Amino acid sequence: MTYLALQDVHVTLKGSHILQGVSFEVPENKVVALLGRNGVGKSTTLKAIMGLYPATGSITFNSHELVGDKTHHIVRQGIAYVPEDREIFSSLSVKENLALAERTKSPNYDFVYSLFPELKTRSSQRAGTLSGGQQQMVAISRVLLNHNSLLLIDEPTKGLAPKLVTEVADALTQVAGSSTMVLVEQNLALVKRVAEHIIVMDQGRVVFSGSPENLHNEEFVKRMLGVSGGSH
Amino acid sequence: MDTFILIAVTGIGLGALYFLVACGLTLIYGLMGVLNFAHGIFLTVGAFVGLWAANTFFKNGSTIDYLLSALVGGIGAGLFALLMEQLVITRLYDRHIDQALVTVGVALVVGAMLSGWFTNDMRMLPSPAWFMDAVQVGSANIPKDRFMYIAVALFLLILFIVILRYTRIGLIIRAGVENRQMVTALGINVRLAFSTVFFLGGLAAGIGGVLIATYQGGVTPLMAGSWLIYGFIVVVIGGMGSIGGSAIAALMIGVIKQFANYYVPGLGDFVIVFLLAVVLLIRPQGLLGKVNA
Repeated sequence: MTYLALQDVHVTLKGSHILQGVSFEVPENKVVALLGRNGVGKSTTLKAIMGLYPATGSITFNSHELVGDKTHHIVRQGIAYVPEDREIFSSLSVKENLALAERTKSPNYDFVYSLFPELKTRSSQRAGTLSGGQQQMVAISRVLLNHNSLLLIDEPTKGLAPKLVTEVADALTQVAGSSTMVLVEQNLALVKRVAEHIIVMDQGRVVFSGSPENLHNEEFVKRMLGVSGGSH
Repeated sequence: MDTFILIAVTGIGLGALYFLVACGLTLIYGLMGVLNFAHGIFLTVGAFVGLWAANTFFKNGSTIDYLLSALVGGIGAGLFALLMEQLVITRLYDRHIDQALVTVGVALVVGAMLSGWFTNDMRMLPSPAWFMDAVQVGSANIPKDRFMYIAVALFLLILFIVILRYTRIGLIIRAGVENRQMVTALGINVRLAFSTVFFLGGLAAGIGGVLIATYQGGVTPLMAGSWLIYGFIVVVIGGMGSIGGSAIAALMIGVIKQFANYYVPGLGDFVIVFLLAVVLLIRPQGLLGKVNA
């Protein structure tokens, strides 16, 4: 069953035509990785789904049209978003960052703390004083507190030390088993581990949609992503 | 020493009034990015509503009556602020320059309407008789009304801190000051926080309006002018969006202005503008403001 469907989505920001007719589908309980070079519109696609950027075309989630809807309404339909730069509230404590994200009467703190025990011990610490990895844990935890039908996660391992990349990747792997997820990620090792389908974008369009098996093909990776597969 | 105590306490009293004007301004700018030039009119509306309440319901001139008049004035100004936010600001969502221009327009129109209805004559606002007395600290005689200003400002400072620190709406406001878009991305309707901030800002300005009317001898449609300017100076020095910063800056400005005016009459305004320039040069984000990324 198609859960999320984008059909001919366009986004123009300050005169730049960034998304030029993006179309793809995400089936229920599948993890789809959105790949491509920097600046091809991956993050913009997630923001368009979230209603953070004005879009034209059609974005349907569970048969509901999202284009034109307000961001907080979109979130309340069960779509959660982890932005590229974490965007945690640095002046608030870890506990307050998480409390802000609560949308149900029984938020799942047990699950969050089982994934990231460190956050429990640092609950009173100001989030701005956390390391990059810990901040990413807060950003991911915010979306895992509530039951969400779809997770949009933008470059969760960007700028993290290798040890933390493993920790975040483990958490995502655990979550991926029971969620529908659109993952924007440059770390191909993580994509190979988690994704069940890949979509490659270039210049604001989808140029490939298929199996992550293709990522084992050095030539494909070099041609599509402009990087060497072995180095990731 | 007596002179020092007298100037310091009256300066703190003046700073308390500046804080009442500035705290709403700082929250509204911090959360919404709106330079609200209509904030002065909140103060004036509050003073007029307070005057009406004092002449209609609370005529005994007791302390309780005075405080109730101030509260009604504050609520009136808060509702007026809320009305303006709903009718005008929400329609210009994220159009900050338009919002600033419209708030100037609202201030001019409402000010002109008040002048038309009430004339620009000063109207006495009833206040408790003990406001005219002085209390002796050391051998300095300090006007008692200053302690009322300080107490009310302190009460509102604590109230705002409690709301911001210990309530969910306060949490949303603090987060919204930092990153409004991310608050909405967590499924929160940030507009509710906007309305709350406008109401609280109007409430504080309205209560301030009643107290300022007492301080300067009455209510007039023209009363807000210099207070609004000082409100903006407090907000800039204290840091946009910071209630604590506004409290410190208001206190500083009140005391420094009083001392400057004591030693060189008329120098106070110049010293405050100089202080503003120094803060802008050395710490553009203000005392407790955050640096924009």
